[in-house]
Amino acid sequence: MVRYAAPGEAGSVVSFQPRYDHFIGGEYVPPAKGRYFENPTPVTGRTFTVVARGTAEDVDSAVRAADGAAAAWGRTSPAARSEVLNKIADRMEQHLEAIAVAESWENGKPVRETLAADIPLAIDHFRYFAGAIRAQEGSISQLDPDTVAYHFHEPLGVVGQIIPWNFPILMATWKLAPALAAGNTVVLKPAEQTPASIHVVLELIADLLPPGVVNVVNGFGVEAGKPLAQHRGVRKVAFTGETTTGRLIMQYASENIIPVTLELGGKSPNVFFRDVADARDAFYDKAQEGFAMFALNQGEVCTCPSRALIQSSIYSSFLADAIPRVERIRQGHPLDTETMIGAQASNDQLEKILSYIDIGKEEGARVLTGGERADLGGELSGGYYVRPTVFEGDNKMRIFQEEIFGPVLSVTKFDEYDDAIKIANDSLYGLGAGVWSRDGNTAYRAGREIQAGRVWTNCYHVYPAHAAFGGYKQSGIGRENHKMMLDHYQQTKNLLVSYAQNAQGFF
Amino acid sequence: MDLTETAAGLLRRLTEEHGPLMFHQSGGCCDGSAPMCYPAGEFRTGAADVHLGDLTVDGVAAPIPVWMSASQFEYWRHTHITIDVVPGRGAGFSLEAPEGMRFLTRSRLLTLEELGVLGDV
Repeated sequence: MVRYAAPGEAGSVVSFQPRYDHFIGGEYVPPAKGRYFENPTPVTGRTFTVVARGTAEDVDSAVRAADGAAAAWGRTSPAARSEVLNKIADRMEQHLEAIAVAESWENGKPVRETLAADIPLAIDHFRYFAGAIRAQEGSISQLDPDTVAYHFHEPLGVVGQIIPWNFPILMATWKLAPALAAGNTVVLKPAEQTPASIHVVLELIADLLPPGVVNVVNGFGVEAGKPLAQHRGVRKVAFTGETTTGRLIMQYASENIIPVTLELGGKSPNVFFRDVADARDAFYDKAQEGFAMFALNQGEVCTCPSRALIQSSIYSSFLADAIPRVERIRQGHPLDTETMIGAQASNDQLEKILSYIDIGKEEGARVLTGGERADLGGELSGGYYVRPTVFEGDNKMRIFQEEIFGPVLSVTKFDEYDDAIKIANDSLYGLGAGVWSRDGNTAYRAGREIQAGRVWTNCYHVYPAHAAFGGYKQSGIGRENHKMMLDHYQQTKNLLVSYAQNAQGFF
Repeated sequence: MDLTETAAGLLRRLTEEHGPLMFHQSGGCCDGSAPMCYPAGEFRTGAADVHLGDLTVDGVAAPIPVWMSASQFEYWRHTHITIDVVPGRGAGFSLEAPEGMRFLTRSRLLTLEELGVLGDV
């Protein structure tokens, strides 16, 4: 076991600055209105740094800086941009431990995860897009012997990116890497709950980027996010968050006639067919782990498998094994490498989760385990901890329909295959799903029939680059994590060329 | 639908600063499932939305309409909601975030009597 010292304490592998300004045009500049906001760690609830409280003036400066850098950056060769992305990845890898500890302190998630998942995935993501842009090719269509259509990829220009707080660095990377690879310049607004850790990364990589290519404006959604989404100099907006803000961003985009990509969450079903229990073997153990995956990242994952659908013939026995497994999830100090579940990212998040636990009980769902706030004692008493919670109920209940974004699982049973598909698809959302079966045909059919952009089959919560990620239904628009995201950051230029010598004969 | 006294107080302050207000109940990821407060008319509601009702706040002239998407309403129609406020920080464009506060929807089941009055809404 390793217990990392908290940032700022003696022996810590990382420290935060006492204050962060905006990063605009390659340098740190104070906010136009001179205001800052406090940034507490969810681990203890205590403030560890203050961050620039951006406004429309700051966003405007950032967009101008990005616009000034766009032409030159867009003209660089794919090889040159690829090299920059690879260098960013290398630099992050050299400082992986420091970034991981900073991210854990910022968000409250266990350092075990930031060391093994968040930061390694972010590093690999830069490398993936460094490769993808080198391999990307335009196309040629021969329309007749003398007429050719050439299709070129061109960058959009300045793009705005609004980042969520659940994976602050990884989600920023999912958006930055394809945008930069495609030759765009970026104005990025981190979430106000987690505004600081991106700056730990930025300080490490700033020298690798030409000034103005990446700009970071911090602040509140209404004061900084909204002016970014509305700015007339922005050619595309990418957002991860919830549906009302997603609609508002589409509304603002309609004013400027620009595209958006949106990732708006889900209520992902995790379906266990009866044959998973045919033997008590390694596969059964894997499926049991799949059930417990709802607790990953404290449930603060858009694809949290927050609905478990278990076939009725194995329902009782499967749950009898699964609940003790959930109860063995070790909750503790996020900087302890043995900790499996840390703190919720903010106080309002904690309050919302508790309000859903209340409505679950009101609606008559039965608490199988958890169901309350956790007080871990000492300095952690001020932090935001919830016991991993499993409810048993009915898919029509609100805890089965709404994204709680906490370690809360709602379990129900189904009789036959068709019931499973019906319940799985009875949701407004379609981002993720899980299917567990030893029978390849069943797993394949279920995977194809569930209306979701990502169906994990006999696995869950793996997020490799090179596997498309995005939603059906109200879960959003676009596919991240894959080279197809390059298309969302590029224009298509068609040159339609005639090599014929003679007039067309019209006039 | 109801509102707590602290939420009413915050709505009075926000009205002074921003003028007439509205709510749209969100769903989905991150700060989803929370009520978003905007200047009235900022969020364009349409055929895909349901007007749940209006909140009346002492000292605020204009009633504050509360909206929700129609598809989400299907799953909420049996519950009574109370708009409350807690210390926190939402990441949407809701007006209260810079105040260090976050609106929160608390829910309970509608009583049989309430369901009778509402009929087949």
